[in-house]
Amino acid sequence: MSSPDNKRIDEPTGTELVGHEWDGIEELNTPLPRWWLWTFYATIAIAAVYVVLYPAWPLLKDATAGTLGWTSRGELAKDMRAAEARRQVQFDRIAAMDIEDLPKDEELWKAAIAGGSAAFKVNCVQCHGAGAAGSVGYPNLNDNDWLWGGTLTEISYSITHGIRWTEAAETRVNYMPAFGEILSKPEVNALTKHVLSLSGKAKPNARGATLYGENCAACHGPAGAGDPAQGAPALNDAIWLFGGSEAQVRSQIIAPRHGVMPAWQARLDPVTIKMLAAYVHSRGGGEAPAAPAPAPAADAEPAVASAAKAENDG
Amino acid sequence: MADPANPDPAPPQRDWASALGSSPVPQPAGAGGPAPRPQLYEARKAVHNKRIDGPFRRFKWLVMIVTLAIYYITPWLRWDRGPYAPDQAVLIDIEHRRFYMFDIEIWPHEFYFVAGLLIMAGIGLFLVTSAVGRAWCGYACPQTVWTDLFQHVDRFIDGDRNARMRLDKAPWTASKIARRSVKWTIYLAISMATGGAWILYFADAPTLFREFFTGQAAFVAYATVGVLTFTTFWLGGFMREQVCIYMCPWPRIQAAMLDEKSLIVTYKDWRGEPRGSLKKAERAPDKFGDCVDCNMCVAVCPTGIDIREGQQIGCITCGLCIDACDRVMKEVGRPRGLIDYATLEQCEAEAAGAAPTPAWKALLRFRTLLYLGVWSAIGAGLLFALGTRTRTELTVSPDRNPPFMLMKDGAVRNAYTLRLRNMQARPRDMEVALVGLPQGAVMWTENVNMDAAAPAQVVVVPANETRIVRAYVTIPAGSRADSFSFRLTSLAEDRETDLAATTFTTPGEP
Repeated sequence: MSSPDNKRIDEPTGTELVGHEWDGIEELNTPLPRWWLWTFYATIAIAAVYVVLYPAWPLLKDATAGTLGWTSRGELAKDMRAAEARRQVQFDRIAAMDIEDLPKDEELWKAAIAGGSAAFKVNCVQCHGAGAAGSVGYPNLNDNDWLWGGTLTEISYSITHGIRWTEAAETRVNYMPAFGEILSKPEVNALTKHVLSLSGKAKPNARGATLYGENCAACHGPAGAGDPAQGAPALNDAIWLFGGSEAQVRSQIIAPRHGVMPAWQARLDPVTIKMLAAYVHSRGGGEAPAAPAPAPAADAEPAVASAAKAENDG
Repeated sequence: MADPANPDPAPPQRDWASALGSSPVPQPAGAGGPAPRPQLYEARKAVHNKRIDGPFRRFKWLVMIVTLAIYYITPWLRWDRGPYAPDQAVLIDIEHRRFYMFDIEIWPHEFYFVAGLLIMAGIGLFLVTSAVGRAWCGYACPQTVWTDLFQHVDRFIDGDRNARMRLDKAPWTASKIARRSVKWTIYLAISMATGGAWILYFADAPTLFREFFTGQAAFVAYATVGVLTFTTFWLGGFMREQVCIYMCPWPRIQAAMLDEKSLIVTYKDWRGEPRGSLKKAERAPDKFGDCVDCNMCVAVCPTGIDIREGQQIGCITCGLCIDACDRVMKEVGRPRGLIDYATLEQCEAEAAGAAPTPAWKALLRFRTLLYLGVWSAIGAGLLFALGTRTRTELTVSPDRNPPFMLMKDGAVRNAYTLRLRNMQARPRDMEVALVGLPQGAVMWTENVNMDAAAPAQVVVVPANETRIVRAYVTIPAGSRADSFSFRLTSLAEDRETDLAATTFTTPGEP
């Protein structure tokens, strides 16, 4: 099949034959351009250089390091340091600023909300939920019902010192007595009805009103408006921390449950706490400071609290 | 130090067959020595195209000058957009996600304009291909334009075809080294200007230009210029027609789009064959065709092909061979058009004895007109969309967690993230209002306290920015709501508005 003379040409295509033949089928020769070959060699050379400069050969535990010392972790660390340095400028300004002035600086306020949102996702969502809506026993931070006050100062105090967090000296603390040991069953029932009547969910009854006046009004207020200064929840609104059904309210009168929040000063820096307060405040229920800012009720005495509403304190 | 694109034409023979693991077919013994091994790699044959003048060459000059001028000059054009937007006429502002083109400003969410332009470009290529074959390849493709430019540099430095061929073969004397150095320096200068102009589209041109030469520009600017300088230098200066033949997919795609009614550059073999020189034809006038075998068509071809072999992948249909052949035909007193733009159908008719058809008649056919119609319709649609778009936009996404919540007074609250787009180059006050919610519905934002709640809020949106605002909306206890809208109204004199529909979730819904 191959002939001794020079090129053999495939008739239909006019292409030279390579000389390989399988069962009568022959291979045509369509030469690659020579530069392609050079390119191939060049890639081999580049690969050899790369192996020396960069991490390349996997070993048992790690890989060869490469003479440049490049690592992807190193790149990440570099990026993180750069981002940190950029943020530091805003951190310093937030640290130096009184928290009530923060909303006046739009750029810082936005930055604080963004930073607080990030910190919230790491530290707070476990109890308060990803949307900060809380659940039974864990206050909803979106609404305008604040157990301990909803100004920026009060919110940041609650975050800093915690609620009923015994390790923190200045923690916000109150306890409601278990009225199941003080009142008889019919008295508790009457009182429950009265509490529900404050928000129009039951008919008023005289016995309950009397019992409320004697036992509850000191903390919760005569009309049930609550008192953020001592963390006493409002009983006349639509928001119930431990549930608003008759059974739930009764159970909270007989043997109240009390939520606990850690004092975050032990784990978070003051700037992060300020940013968290800004985020919580921005969720739609934040309150403006009263004309002269009320002194935070740090030393709230143990107070009677029943159905709790939640949030932070004041 | 050979010309890198023209390696030693006689490389040492290597045993590629066995290197590739296949054994050559055994040679019959005693047949006069081993058969020559086929060459599996092919050296480039340098193309030294001869200078030619003619209508197509002049058209090619025109296209080259226009396209290069557009490319190099555009970034320097200024366009006043006021104090809040850049004054560069054409700017792809990647950092701020804006594309400016004279009076048009495209935001990322308006990318459909770019998509539309790309679709138009695609259909435009169909249109051009169905009408005039590979005209894109022949005149407008950057590879063609820069190759042409570099070939002019070759001619300017080294002389025309014959001089260049001689110089290629000449030994490396001082004079040749000097010539090559000058030529490659010019290549490099053109390449750097090409790479340099590219980055000017992505930043303020005068600023970047100054920064670039004072060493203050970003690394990516230098890297981009470096890469583009190298590719221009290499692809335009040395690879040239090999890019079209080996690397570019477009010639192969076009091969599939050509049909018997597409204009291609054709050698009319029925008229030209058999070839014979003038002398031969004088001696035997009946035995020879019109082709005098002067090889001018080969000499002027920028990709170095012989069009007389027929349509082929290397033919970019630039028409220079038509210029060359027409000139020769005129000199020898034969009719022009031995090589000409013609369709396969026209060629067949002509070969069968019909009179030559003017090339433009090939343009009027259904397929071409259909492409033209589709292309124009998309263009008109884009222009319409461009003319009617407002520069005020609102999008809404409701909070899903929590979907709703109660306020102290039993009112139901939903929260929304609003994106207020002020696409004008000035800050504007905009009013966000509730439409379609029950009486008593109010809203406020994260920037005002709840006691400022009202049925509408005014927000300042900075020039050319999207402002993200969280909106809190309540409806009074006991009322119901389902679908409603936010209405954004610009309080500037333009009074542009946009309406964004969304839903209000209340307790007790399924």
